[in-house]
This record gives sequence, C-alpha cells and structure tokens, in this order.
Amino acid sequence: MIDLIGLAIAIPLLAAAVNMLFGARLGRWAGWFATAAMAASFAIALGALLDLLALPAEERTQVVTVAEWIRAGAASVALDLRVDPLSITMAMVVTGVGSLIHLYAIGYMEHDPRPGRFFGYMNLFCAFMLVLVLANDFLLLYLGWEGVGLCSYLLIGFWSDRPEAARAAKKAFITTRVGDVLLMLGLFVMWVHFGSFDFDVVLGHDGSLPEIAAGTATAISLLLLGGAVGKSAQLPLHVWLPDAMAGPTPVSALIHAATMVTAGVYLVVRSHTLFEISEVALTVVAVVGLAGALYAGFSSLGQYDMKRALAYSTMSQLGFMFLAAGLGFYAVAMSLLVAHAFYKALLFLTSGNVMHGLHDEIDVRRLGGLRRDMPWTAALFAAGALALSGLPPFSGFFTKDAILELASHDGEVWAYVLGSLGALVSAWYIARLYFTAFMGDRRYEGHAHEASPLMRAPLVVLAIGALFAGAWLAFTPEGRLATFLEPVVGHVVEGHAGPSTQVLIAISIVLTLAGIGIAWRLYRPRNAERWISFPEREPGMAGALGHAFYIDDLYAWAVGSVGLRGAEGVAWFDRTVIDGAVNGVGRAAVWASGLAPVWQSGKVRRYALTFLAGGAALLLYAAVRV
Amino acid sequence: MRTPIAYFLLLSAILFALGSASVLLRRNALRIFMGVELQLNAVNLTLVAFSRMHLELDGQILAFFSMVVAAAEVVVGLAIIVAVFRRTSTTDVDRASVLHG
Repeated sequence: MIDLIGLAIAIPLLAAAVNMLFGARLGRWAGWFATAAMAASFAIALGALLDLLALPAEERTQVVTVAEWIRAGAASVALDLRVDPLSITMAMVVTGVGSLIHLYAIGYMEHDPRPGRFFGYMNLFCAFMLVLVLANDFLLLYLGWEGVGLCSYLLIGFWSDRPEAARAAKKAFITTRVGDVLLMLGLFVMWVHFGSFDFDVVLGHDGSLPEIAAGTATAISLLLLGGAVGKSAQLPLHVWLPDAMAGPTPVSALIHAATMVTAGVYLVVRSHTLFEISEVALTVVAVVGLAGALYAGFSSLGQYDMKRALAYSTMSQLGFMFLAAGLGFYAVAMSLLVAHAFYKALLFLTSGNVMHGLHDEIDVRRLGGLRRDMPWTAALFAAGALALSGLPPFSGFFTKDAILELASHDGEVWAYVLGSLGALVSAWYIARLYFTAFMGDRRYEGHAHEASPLMRAPLVVLAIGALFAGAWLAFTPEGRLATFLEPVVGHVVEGHAGPSTQVLIAISIVLTLAGIGIAWRLYRPRNAERWISFPEREPGMAGALGHAFYIDDLYAWAVGSVGLRGAEGVAWFDRTVIDGAVNGVGRAAVWASGLAPVWQSGKVRRYALTFLAGGAALLLYAAVRV
Repeated sequence: MRTPIAYFLLLSAILFALGSASVLLRRNALRIFMGVELQLNAVNLTLVAFSRMHLELDGQILAFFSMVVAAAEVVVGLAIIVAVFRRTSTTDVDRASVLHG
C-alpha cells in the first residue's frame, strides 16, 4: 500500500473536482460521495501504516517517486511522497478525523443549498493537507501549505452572504500570509545554502546532521517558525483564529482544530534537526508556545461565544505542542497533536450540535440547561472536556501533563510552573463552558432538538478516541507513539531533576481539580446571575479577557489608524508628486500642441505672407552668406 | 547699345512687388489670382532678361514652361474659385477658412 499512497491524495482531489463541477446534480449525495472519498483515502493511509509497521524500524522511511516536478538547468525538484512514521501519523489524523467530520457534515449541512461546493472544498482541503504532510521536500510542503490556506479562506467565507464571514475569511488569509511570506523567505535561504529542498539533504538522514553553520540554521529555523506561527495561530499572528469561527462548524473542527492549525507543529517537528543545530530557535519555539498557551487560556475565560472560547482553547493547546517541541519532546508534541485532534474536533462538533438544534445560538449567556434537551450532546461534550482537562486516565493527562512532567525532569522549572498554570486554566475554561451551557436553568426560548443519529455516530467514535487515544498512544506496546516516531524524531531522553513522577502526577491532578473547582464556584447554576453580570461589576477585567487583552484592537489601531494614515500619506505623495510629474508631462505636451494650430489659420493670405517671408528670409540668407 | 540688365531687374522687382501686394492685400480671389499672374510674369521677365544677357536659350525655354504651367494653374485655380463661389456665394478668401486648425 505504501506505493499507492499517492492515491490517498488523488482520490479526495478527484472527488473535489467532481463535487465542484457536478455538485448541483449530486444534490444530497454530494456529502456521501465526499465522505466515501475520505474513507477510501483513510483505508489507503491505514494500509500504508500497516505496511510500515511490518518493516523493521530502521527501514520505515519510504520515498515514493511520482514524477519529476520542476527541472530548471541543473536544479530539479522531484514530486516525491515520503511515508515515514511522522508523516503517516499526520496522514492518519487527517484522513481519520477528516472522514468522521465529513460524515458529521452530511447531517450538519443538510439544509444548505450548496452541498456540492461545500464538500468539494472540504475534499480539496484534505487533499492539500495530505500533500503538506506527505511531501518529501519543502517546496511540495509549501504547495500544500498554501493550498490549505486557500481552502481555509474558501470555507471560512463559505456563507459569503454574511459580512462577518467574508471579513473573517479575508482576515485569516491576510494574517496567515504574513507568516507564509516568512516561510517562503526561509525556503529561499534554504535553497541558497543547500541548493535543494529535499528533506534528506536539508534535514540530514540516517542520523547524520545537515552541514550548516549555527547562524544560518537559526535564520532558516526562525523563518520556518514564522510560517508555523501564522498557520498555527500563535502569538503574535493568532488574531485570525477566533474570527475564523464564522465558518460552518465542521470547518472549524476539521481545519481550525484538528488538522491545518497543527501544520505549524508538524513543520517544527519535521525540521527539528535544523532547530537543534540552532539552540536559539528551539528556545524561541518554547517561549512562543508557552506564552500562547497562557495568553489563550486566559482569553478563553472571557468569551461568551462557545466557538470563540474553543478557538482560544485550540490556540492554547497548540501552545502546549509548541512548548513540547521547543523543549525537544517531539514525540509528546505529536501525541498531544493526535489526542487534541480527537477531543477538539469532538468539542467543536458538539457545539455544532447546539447551533444546529437552536438556530445558530452559541452565546452561553443565552444557553444553559441544555443537558435536559440534548443529553447526547451534553455527554459527548463532557467527554471532550474531560479529555482536555487532563484528568487521568483520559487523553489530556497522558499528553499535556506528560509535557509538564518531562519539563520538570529536565530542570526547566519556568516551563513547568507556567505550563502548570496553563493546565489549570485549561481545566477552568473547559469546565466553565460545560457548566454555563449545559447545566442550570434554560435561558433560551423553545425546544433545542437533539442531533440526528447520523450526526451522533461520528461523535461517539471521536469521543472514544478523545477519552482513550492518549492512554493507548502513551502506554500500550502496539500503540506507543514515542517508539513508533523514534526513527524520525529520536529518543526522548528523560532527565532526573526535580520532584519524582508520582509527586508531579499528584500535583497535576490537584491543579486540574482546582481548575474545575474554580469553574464550579464561579459558574455553578445558582451563580448564573453573578457571572452574567460580571462585565458590569468588573468592566476592566471582563473587557481585557473578552477582547483577548486588546491585541486585536491594537492591530486594528495600528493598521486601521496609524497604517491607514501612513497609506494615505503615501497615496497623497503618489497622486500629487508622482502622478503630478507624469500628468504634467502629458499636460505640457497638450499645451504645446495647442500652440501649433495658430499656423493653420485657414486664412490663405496669411499662408501667402508666410511663404513670402520665408522666401525673402532664404534670399536674405543666401545674400549674406555670399 | 544694349539696355543694362539692371533696368529689367528693377522693372521685374516692381512688378513682383505689385503682384505680391495684390496677393497679400486683396481679399477677392480673382484679384489675388491676377496678382499671382503678375508675379509669374515678373519672374518670366527676369528669366528672359538673364537669357539675353548670357546669350543662352535656357532662360527663355524655362519661361515657356512657366507660361504653360501658369496656364494650367489658371484652369485649376479658376475651377476651384468657381466651386467655392457656388458653395458660399462669395469669393472672399478670408471667408473660406473651414480647414483652419
């Protein structure tokens, strides 16, 4: 199956083309068609994974040559796909979670008039995402990188008749573009230094390191990180992610929680040898991740829109992944990535159930008590919340808390302390969402109808994954992700500093329970009046949290006010000075040509006088010359 | 005893000046035409005078050519004047300035 891995990309791509061209004829079958394509893609990826597992560990990097892509003189870029433990892990997440979300979307989008276009875009996204993760060189990776960015834009703005969706789509595209430009510059530096984009050349292979000076490695790594920060919505390019929730909820789950936003983490993990040669870059990764995790965690507490709160939660979890990668625990970062894909997709889709059942109502102030009308949804959300919060034996505990434990053992006290605070806040904000939306009295009108069985089925699968994937990936001998990834990311060397593992586990459980406890104290049913009126009592704090510490407003001011003023100045200079010069030349020519018709007066006698004067002048000239 | 060439040239100059004045000052197309004829004949006179002075026939031959061309020109010119007169009922050349720039 490894040789057929190209089909895993080709099938969704073909399905996307069919859905976009003939979607109107397919009608309601468009969703089933797209889901079948994803399932086929998943089957191929699974086959490749099984084939890979059958090989001995040191032979688990297989390169499948599809064609030669670009040839320019001596330079050549191959269209190669790389099947190794890291890429196949990502491919499994994309196709597996992707299939489930496609299945869910059939139910979610049943009333939409354009299912063909929606599922076409979704399939196209998955195809590009697979190109991104299966690429064997940075150029092909970049193709996928830009492709998923395009699909993200198309799907955020899918309901293009809603102005906020159109705005959010533009914002996402432009903000990530800032990062993409940095990534592109990184590729330029890479090409200048190596003359190649091939992973084996740029990143070294079989344990050999690439030949590169630390300074150049730092430059490339930081530029790659710039791209990762944009795509993964980390500080300071995170502002697009909360707004991106204007898209349909399956899109939020697939692109803005499970797959595309994790591409940045994948990029860092994939390029880890470069980051390691430059020690600086890894530290930057860790600091960016930790700062993002804390910032987004607190910001999530101030959101009343469930999906925005979940978006900040995603950013916070991605921050933990970056922290893990920055500390060198690549396998743990990948475990968190996989576990997060399950539980965050689940959380988003359950909030989609709420929107579906309540006419797009998503503000927790107008929800409450949904547990009674939507028991399935409430239970599924609780499963996702438990997985995220980090209580044993669920996924978050074995992934997020594993990062903190390794950090402590490595003597990274600052990372441990601040990370633990972030973990506490994680438990706090996710418990807050459950208590405010699903418990207490109803604050909405009418009846919220429970999601159809078609929409519940994929959620149940996701819930099982969300609850138990972490433990399975961390401990079971056949599932141990760290061992599987070892050929690519190396062995995780555990230190021995700080308190023992048992103490750390106890602390982590206490902190998680403390987070849930704080949430219960603040948001329990009988305190509903108190937290709803919180912004009136503490406008400063509520404003800071609700506006995510005003960073978005700062950008709006910098671009909209200062930037606009500057742009107006430049525009004035362009209009008056540059255009003035160009138009001035034209106007001078017009004015000069206005003088010419004086000679063509139409008066014959004047012509005659001119002839005569001319003749006389010639004669005079001849006479003087002689 | 030969008449000095200067007399001819002087007469020719006077005729040419009269012709030119007529062309430039008159507004009636026919009078302008007459002025032009006067100029041409002034020049013819010069040609013939020089021809006689040098005892060569070139000048006289050129004068014949000039007369022939002048006759042709009269035909064309009068035709134009008639055509313009038919359209505008005037022979005032200052009024015929439709083609000014």
